[in-house]
Amino acid sequence: MIVRVLGEGQFEVDEEVAKGLNDLDEQAGRALEAGDQEQFSELLGRMAEAVRTNGSRLPDEDLSPSEGIIPPDDLTLDEARQLFEGDGLIPDLPT
Amino acid sequence: MAGLMSRASLVVKSKLSKVLDRAEDPGETLDYSYEKQLELLQNVKRGIADVVTAKKRLELQEAKLQQSIVKLETQARQALGEGREDLARQALERKSGLQQQLQALDGQSDQLQAQQEKLIASEKTLSAKVEAFRSQKETIKAQYSAAEAQVRIGEAATGIGEQMADTGLAIQRAKDKTEQMQARASAIDELTESGALEDFTSDQTELDRELGATASKSQVDDELAQLKSEVGSGEQQKELQP
Repeated sequence: MIVRVLGEGQFEVDEEVAKGLNDLDEQAGRALEAGDQEQFSELLGRMAEAVRTNGSRLPDEDLSPSEGIIPPDDLTLDEARQLFEGDGLIPDLPT
Repeated sequence: MAGLMSRASLVVKSKLSKVLDRAEDPGETLDYSYEKQLELLQNVKRGIADVVTAKKRLELQEAKLQQSIVKLETQARQALGEGREDLARQALERKSGLQQQLQALDGQSDQLQAQQEKLIASEKTLSAKVEAFRSQKETIKAQYSAAEAQVRIGEAATGIGEQMADTGLAIQRAKDKTEQMQARASAIDELTESGALEDFTSDQTELDRELGATASKSQVDDELAQLKSEVGSGEQQKELQP
């Protein structure tokens, strides 16, 4: 499956890595709810690292969409809230 | 509650759908999307330039603070040499205040550097994808029927749109970081200008003037002592000559 680490790029990972990612992802979601910055950063870091070490990077010119998008590993809780509120952190694409 | 990956995907998709919904004719969608990609490339270039400018301003401010720190250190030694422990203490206190400011700026500078690197990487990726999109768009226009084209356009546009959202995020974060840093730099400027912190970096501080006064006083004393000894030895010589 293709995943994108925001701010870094897209990677192809196998099923096993994807499963591991889902696990970390759920924990990261809970850390965000709990407002635990340290835990949150650690989990985001582990997700990005799992993708970097076990995935193969897609060439820049590849136009495939990603199945999962991982927030940047230096995202703060505030930024995460803005990101998921939709109109915050990612600006609207030019229309 | 849903994990972050699916939520982030949803956010990105919702940004995309706004753009994709706009045009109905496939050829028009392609050309329109390409135009927007070029605009975003310009934006990211501007973003990089802004970060570079902010970093330069920060480096200037750091250099100024560094100079003031060295100067205060020298002044503290000088004051101690003159037996003015009170002035030496004052100089060291100011030096410590400036060092704190400098440390705060130093972290900011690293963060800006990181943002700059991310933007440059993002620009490179976006640029490669835009080029790929451009050639795909020509192929799609030339070779496919309207129905087939619609599917292929959907894929290509989603792929490039995702990168556009990613680059947009990188620009936004760099902008936020740059603004925070500029606010801090302006706050330091303002404090020094309003005198609330005293102007450490101007050429003549009160401390400079006091130190200057003791220095010139001691120079006068030194010269006087030397004159005395010269005049004194002259008198001695006179006495020796009968």
